[in-house]
Amino acid sequence: MSETYTLYNNTVMDHFMNPRNMGDIKDADGVGEVGAAACGDIMKISLRIKDGKIEDARFKTFGCGSAIASSSMATELIKGRTVAEAMQFSNQEVVDALGGLPPVKIHCSVLAEEALKAALEDYSKKHPESLNDKKAVTA
Amino acid sequence: MRNVFLDHQSTTPVLPEVFDAMKPYFMEAFGNASSLHKHGLRVRDALAVARKQFAALINAESPEDIFFTSDGTESSNLAVKGVAYANQKKGNHIVLSETEHPSIIASVEFLEKQGFTSTKVKVDREGRIKPEDVRAALTDKTILICVHHVNHDIGTIQPVQAIGKIAAEKGIAFYVDAEASAGWLPIDVQSMGANLLSFSPHRFYGPKGVGVLYRNRKARIVSMMHGGVQEGGRRAGTENIPAIVGAGLAAQIAQEELSVRIAHTATLQNRLWNGLREKVEYIKLNGPEPGPERISTTLNLSTEFIEGEGQLLLCDMNGIAVASGSSCVSKSLKISHVLAAIGLDHALAQGNIIMSLGKDNTAEEVDYVVETFVKIADRLRGMSPMWDEFQRGVIDSVIKPTGRGKSFSDHAAHISGKAAH
Repeated sequence: MSETYTLYNNTVMDHFMNPRNMGDIKDADGVGEVGAAACGDIMKISLRIKDGKIEDARFKTFGCGSAIASSSMATELIKGRTVAEAMQFSNQEVVDALGGLPPVKIHCSVLAEEALKAALEDYSKKHPESLNDKKAVTA
Repeated sequence: MRNVFLDHQSTTPVLPEVFDAMKPYFMEAFGNASSLHKHGLRVRDALAVARKQFAALINAESPEDIFFTSDGTESSNLAVKGVAYANQKKGNHIVLSETEHPSIIASVEFLEKQGFTSTKVKVDREGRIKPEDVRAALTDKTILICVHHVNHDIGTIQPVQAIGKIAAEKGIAFYVDAEASAGWLPIDVQSMGANLLSFSPHRFYGPKGVGVLYRNRKARIVSMMHGGVQEGGRRAGTENIPAIVGAGLAAQIAQEELSVRIAHTATLQNRLWNGLREKVEYIKLNGPEPGPERISTTLNLSTEFIEGEGQLLLCDMNGIAVASGSSCVSKSLKISHVLAAIGLDHALAQGNIIMSLGKDNTAEEVDYVVETFVKIADRLRGMSPMWDEFQRGVIDSVIKPTGRGKSFSDHAAHISGKAAH
């Protein structure tokens, strides 16, 4: 049988089979762990932030193929962004970059956004000055 | 890449001899069984042969008690609604178990909107229905008892004979859903005391597009499909002759090979379960252990700290076809109602997959599945924050508690701000 019959599109399958940025960051500057009340999936994103910029992002996910792919893609997208830019991050970016998700799986991308925002919130708590960091906003 | 089909609960391939038997009925013997000329009479004979083959498979009193439908769902809809409407002057109460197939639960829920009522009998942690609980659920308005022979999800074999005795004693119609057992376990409708019994030949190497409903004279049903007088007026519509012919032969072969198929799948079931539990830590079998209380074909497994759809996908990428009852697999985002009914911890239900064996699986395939599944579990655990948190003592295992950390479900509820289901 042809191997082209897969549950998700090629981009999603690629991020599921070859996840980018999987793992934890030791002594991360911000860590966010969130759970989806709808399905029970759990996602954790950790960030290394330097001079208001996300230098590295890693994820760990307990969840389905699209949850793993969404967290992989989210970490790819936010690397290099400033904290201020990352605060504007939307799940739609993940959906678009993955070439679409089935309607019932959109909440996986929302979970990725929430995990990222939780990590940024954790960072902000530890670094209250970051919110007023002019460089971060204008970078 | 290897191709190992371990989803025989969903369907099976058609046997070559079954396919050959069907072929003449597409172009050569194409008649309509309701026609009075030779073309019609020829296929009418073919239907009569199939009826006998099905009657033999389940030891029905008469081939006249076999009705052809389009599939298992139509059979269960006809059984439940047909009996309910035929007996509505007598009563309006239906007793079923909470782990019936969705086609039965949904049929009963439909009837509830029309003024019928129901009682769902609970099952124990391995999915067993207690006959005494069925008895206790009966009222003087009960007109139907619905119970499955084998659970479609976790493979539990039910005490149908004892329940049949209670039904006979009370004079209540007894419907047995044998979708998950027909062709894989001996079925004797007479000793079961079943008045109605349904099954699908595509589960035992017959074609799709035909379902069977057995109904004896003690149970009255009304038609749900209105039109001509096919099937004694119980199911209008032109019969799917090629499928019925093939299905009849599949039933005959299943009956002839039954003991061989049971022995073969039971050996593989043990090999698979023993292999997995030896090599994968924190794995649990849902439903009874392999043996007299479990069908020989299926293993319903929960692997802790990882999710079921991911397991299914990685199995698929390695050529292994399995099913899952995880919420991520369902369109409603709910875990399987059977796993909920046996009180399985949500985290374990989430990590669920179902492997179901067939007559053509081999020991070598089973070994490949064990070897591959070990790698899949390792890989997904490597990605799972829960595995890491378990290692660090933040959360505990449900399967083998260490006494350290809080439960997975408590942890999940804490971070999502809401208890899952």
